[in-house]
Amino acid sequence: MSKLLMFEKPVGMRDTLPHIYETKRKVKEAAESAMRSWGYRFIETPALEYYETVGDASAILDRQLFKLLDQQGNTLVLRPDMTAPIARVAAAKLLKERVPLRLAYSASVYRAQQREGGRAAEFEQIGVEMIGDNTISADAEVIALLVSVMEKAGLENFQLSLGHIRFTDELFQQILGTEERAEQLRRFLYEKNYVGYREHVKELPLSSIDKQRLLQFLDLSGDLGCLDEAAKLVEGSAGVEALNELRAVFGRLQEYGVDQYVTFDLPLVSHMSYYTGLVFEVYADGVGAPIGNGGRYDDLLEKFGHSVGATGFGLRVDFLLEALGQLEDEASVHCVLFSNERRREAIEEAQKRRAAGECVLLQDVSGVKDVDTFTESCKSVTFFVGKSSGGNV
Amino acid sequence: MSMLTIAMPKGRIFEEAAALMREAGYKLPADLDESRKLIIEIPEENMRFFLAKPMDVATYVEHGVADVGIAGKDVLLEEERDVYELLDLKISPCYLAVAGLPDTTLNEVAPKIATKYPTVASAYFREKGEQVEIIKLNGSIELAPLIGLSDRIVDIVSTGRTLRENGLVEYETIVSITSRLVVNPVSYRMKNREISTLVSRLTDTIEEQAVR
Repeated sequence: MSKLLMFEKPVGMRDTLPHIYETKRKVKEAAESAMRSWGYRFIETPALEYYETVGDASAILDRQLFKLLDQQGNTLVLRPDMTAPIARVAAAKLLKERVPLRLAYSASVYRAQQREGGRAAEFEQIGVEMIGDNTISADAEVIALLVSVMEKAGLENFQLSLGHIRFTDELFQQILGTEERAEQLRRFLYEKNYVGYREHVKELPLSSIDKQRLLQFLDLSGDLGCLDEAAKLVEGSAGVEALNELRAVFGRLQEYGVDQYVTFDLPLVSHMSYYTGLVFEVYADGVGAPIGNGGRYDDLLEKFGHSVGATGFGLRVDFLLEALGQLEDEASVHCVLFSNERRREAIEEAQKRRAAGECVLLQDVSGVKDVDTFTESCKSVTFFVGKSSGGNV
Repeated sequence: MSMLTIAMPKGRIFEEAAALMREAGYKLPADLDESRKLIIEIPEENMRFFLAKPMDVATYVEHGVADVGIAGKDVLLEEERDVYELLDLKISPCYLAVAGLPDTTLNEVAPKIATKYPTVASAYFREKGEQVEIIKLNGSIELAPLIGLSDRIVDIVSTGRTLRENGLVEYETIVSITSRLVVNPVSYRMKNREISTLVSRLTDTIEEQAVR
């Protein structure tokens, strides 16, 4: 590798400049206050975790983990998501106090980028986890809260796709018989390779009716009607139960008044093995990847020795900003410029304005090279220069 | 209805891709590929086309600057982009093959493979249990064994003429290739209606052509 130049930073690492920081702060505050108003309590966890515990339990692929060694030779990871660390804290401590737990987070997570830039390797995620409540109401609450957060953040044009991993599992299991064959098909869905899926199905030693069922499965997306179509494809209780859960959740989302954002997408497989029930992703115009995702993950807590179910979502703050598009003006600062002989007056003025809640910049005029350029980005200026009394510009 | 942005591949695939789109009733201008303009709008279809290097089509679609693209399966295998592969357009058929000079064997110490497709080539040989060294080239791959750069090449073959003309023979076929319709995961949801229309019109056309 050639010698690094002083301005360089690692691939995918980004700076937050003042005007972006301000926009981000407002969006985060809106989101956080929505979560707080639903009774979720915020927690923080360390940036470093053990690879063998949190790293292994996390839903993020191994090759995306940043790994390093501590002095004892243990492998550490920079947390790739917040769900696994929260599951660790919940199992070790919080679940002994109160069940169900409603926790929220707003933190940076780290995912190594394999290829070129264009994707952040460090980004902020904001989300909630509802741990220890296996009811449909919990699933619905999490989705309704997600919608509320998006609205509070100022987003209008977005859409949430809802699927159910147990329906997929049940359908594949019924038709294919073995988990191994089901996994092959699931991988095509996970990789979004519908062409490969169709070709694979055509070559399976199945009756033409069963092949047709597997092919029709790909078309199961849209409004409530697609659940009726889905019901025709499965036999037995487990698949029907999954569909009933979807219907019930949708009914509750109607009660929350947020169903207009929701469509069904049964072939949605966001992860090969992590989720155990409902899964969802949320999309917005102008952003090329899902802004957020979530679902029910009933197996994760067990890895930390506490067998309870959980559901939650995580939103990417950088994508949220991208979807909102507009950046905050930074011109909300008032400037007080002074020359030495009127310093006392200037300080008084600045303190008075600050006490009234204004952001005030106090600047010695002899420290400024070009007054016009300096004051350009300020919303207003008061001069305490020379011997006469101060005036506004 | 919102506008669809479509990334079309330049070169070999372009003619067939454009013909398929026209067959499906989309009124592409006749001089699309000769035009100096990089981006061409077709307001009556509510569509916008741009031409890109075939290897880059999936990249534009993954980042969401194109909603839809037409890309060879070879590109999708090599680039592993996060896009929906919705439709086999069944155009520009060809295959990826291992080729080399006739009656030669791989170097035992460090077998060298030259290719434009390092990901595909290395996955293929690893799966076969052979450790090889991949050398990435950007074109004229046939030159590599002739000049002594590599023992074998992994390259795309459509008629086999280029190989024959250079005195090379095929040793193995890796995978057959056609062009695919790829879609950005967000566009797939947010512009579902427009994309469904495109997919069903293309599906009908492909089926008609298969019958013919």
